[in-house]
Amino acid sequence: MKKTLYDKLWDEHHIHTYDNGYSLIYIDKHLIHEVTSPQAFEGLKQAGRSIWSKKSIMAVPDHNVPTKMRENGIKDPISKIQVDALNKNCKSNDLLKFDLEDIRQGIVHVVGPEQGIILPGMTVVCGDSHTSTHGALASLAFGIGTSEVEHVLATQCLLQKKSLNMNIIVDGMMPDYFYSKDLALLIISKIGTAGGTGYAIEYTGSSISNLSMEARMTLCNMTIEAGATTGLVAVDDKTINYVENKPYAPKGKDFTEAKRYWKNLISDIDSVYDKTLNIDVDKSSPMITWGTSPEMAVGIDENLPDLNDEKFSSKRQDLKNAFSYMGLKEKQNVNSIKLDKIFIGSCTNSRIEDLRIVADIVKNKKVAKNIKSAIIVPGSGLVKEKAENEGLDKIFTKSGFEWRSPGCSMCLGMNDDKLNEFERCASTSNRNFEGRQGRLGRTHLVSPATAAAAAIHGHFVDVRDI
Amino acid sequence: MKKFKETKSIAAYIDRKNIDTDAIIPKQYLKAVTREGFGETLFDDWRYLEPGNLGDDHSQRKKNPEFFLYDSKNTNAQILVAGDNFGCGSSREHAVWALMDYGFNVIISTSFADIFYNNCFKNGLLPIILDPADIKKIIKNIEKKNNVFIVNLEEQLIYCDDFKIKFKIDSRRKEVLIQGIDDISETLKLSDKIKDYENKKIIRTPWNSND
Ligand code: SF4
Repeated sequence: MKKTLYDKLWDEHHIHTYDNGYSLIYIDKHLIHEVTSPQAFEGLKQAGRSIWSKKSIMAVPDHNVPTKMRENGIKDPISKIQVDALNKNCKSNDLLKFDLEDIRQGIVHVVGPEQGIILPGMTVVCGDSHTSTHGALASLAFGIGTSEVEHVLATQCLLQKKSLNMNIIVDGMMPDYFYSKDLALLIISKIGTAGGTGYAIEYTGSSISNLSMEARMTLCNMTIEAGATTGLVAVDDKTINYVENKPYAPKGKDFTEAKRYWKNLISDIDSVYDKTLNIDVDKSSPMITWGTSPEMAVGIDENLPDLNDEKFSSKRQDLKNAFSYMGLKEKQNVNSIKLDKIFIGSCTNSRIEDLRIVADIVKNKKVAKNIKSAIIVPGSGLVKEKAENEGLDKIFTKSGFEWRSPGCSMCLGMNDDKLNEFERCASTSNRNFEGRQGRLGRTHLVSPATAAAAAIHGHFVDVRDI
Repeated sequence: MKKFKETKSIAAYIDRKNIDTDAIIPKQYLKAVTREGFGETLFDDWRYLEPGNLGDDHSQRKKNPEFFLYDSKNTNAQILVAGDNFGCGSSREHAVWALMDYGFNVIISTSFADIFYNNCFKNGLLPIILDPADIKKIIKNIEKKNNVFIVNLEEQLIYCDDFKIKFKIDSRRKEVLIQGIDDISETLKLSDKIKDYENKKIIRTPWNSND
């Protein structure tokens, strides 16, 4: 039978079928951070259970760590307790962990692939919904809750029902300044935040082949915002080149053998998907979210929606609420949206390519006076180092950006980096929910390029015009 | 895990779609290292007029009188009826802990986000998926009469004075809730099979073995 990539990954990790339609699936890699793991370790201890496979685990503190003045340690005593708990749990169980002082520390979804800990063909879980990121390497990766973290710690397996297959075929030349972040927002605006629920989404088509690995990670990362826990891109030469020579990747003969296996991680020709969506990107514009859900997005050259439009009839109340929360008016021009803060970072857009794009745009320009703070938070210590070697940090600080240490930062605002009430932010992160970046804060999701252009102008502008 | 058999209670209705887990329990409370005490900060941003933090005395915070759970007709509701795609967003299980700690046992919507839905069954919270027509019936009833509903999982029925509605749930998930099954013990019964798989894996894909 013809199999999709998802089918292949599923079959390879399938251990047992229960008669109720559930399966037991083996998990190869388990990524752990400080926020969703303490209760799992506690549960394990209380039940007197031990960790099934210590070597399957990589831990890193990221969600709740300071991004400046790290040398002084963690100021917030409650955050410190959580990071200390992670340290303690990893130490007592002898788990691989990248400490705050380690140059390899960073956002869990940036660190895993960067270290070659995540490889094609693996099953990967993490107590964080953006685990979908790793699907860019053709690994079956999805986020889980804390009870499931405990389940994987104790058994190396998960109970799962197989998802349906969705194929999103993206064709056409990606226009200038239209990035995979824009593509993700375009897709979500079309299918909605529940459009992918119950599906594993595979991205195929000529545009996807042309994307870099980092751009594919951005796209797979945002898949959860379309409701699908898993996003996938098949293996090609780019995948293999990306993995080669990563610290934890196989070497020599092992690599050659692995490569042979990985090359098969593509959907068979004529395999059947339960749903297919065609997207043509030829004429697409950079995207911006205006509301409180990632699906509330428009092209940068469009006006905000008109509530009287028939297509909104079933959603009118939600859109109204969003306009009121965001302090915006219907039909408003995107350029008229003034900003207070700029955040460039998060597991969606904090890799070296993202930073290069930003540097290109802000070089020899200044952040606008009305911007209270513009921060750039690299995804990992290694990304930071690379950027500094390329002199990007100098470009940023000269322009008026703050150059920070790696972590989730203002993506969820658990540390000091957050929005104050009614502050408006152009953010390269992944969620614009009410309060996501700070109570009553207003978030617009954009690509790094659009965020950079907005920083220079103090309001949104069409990055293609500058 | 808490078992679920039946709930008898009034139902509270919130007319919002896509209620995300950030709204159910905001980030600052995720700094906790225990599973308890999240009920006081359920829907925190909507519920209080001033910001709060983990460890605050929440009874001292200014409440939002308009918040739906402060409406006297919703007091002590154990059933929550909400708009489409409930629980979308982050994987935080704290959202389920908060709903349960507040006192909810049943959430009814047309659809739930996958991770949230999974998390419910690990804790004894029953998420019920109904089609929009049935949900409308329930809402109408809440608005007009504020009846007590009985949700019986064994029979897969929601009863009130005016009608009863059958709901679907997959048989395994039903068992898990009724018997309070611990998934980990269940899985560990298959330890030999898991080890077997691992042994084969070393040979088939040695570069992907944790041995
Ligand atoms: S950057 Fe944001 S989305 Fe990514 S792991 Fe951190 S909190 Fe989650």
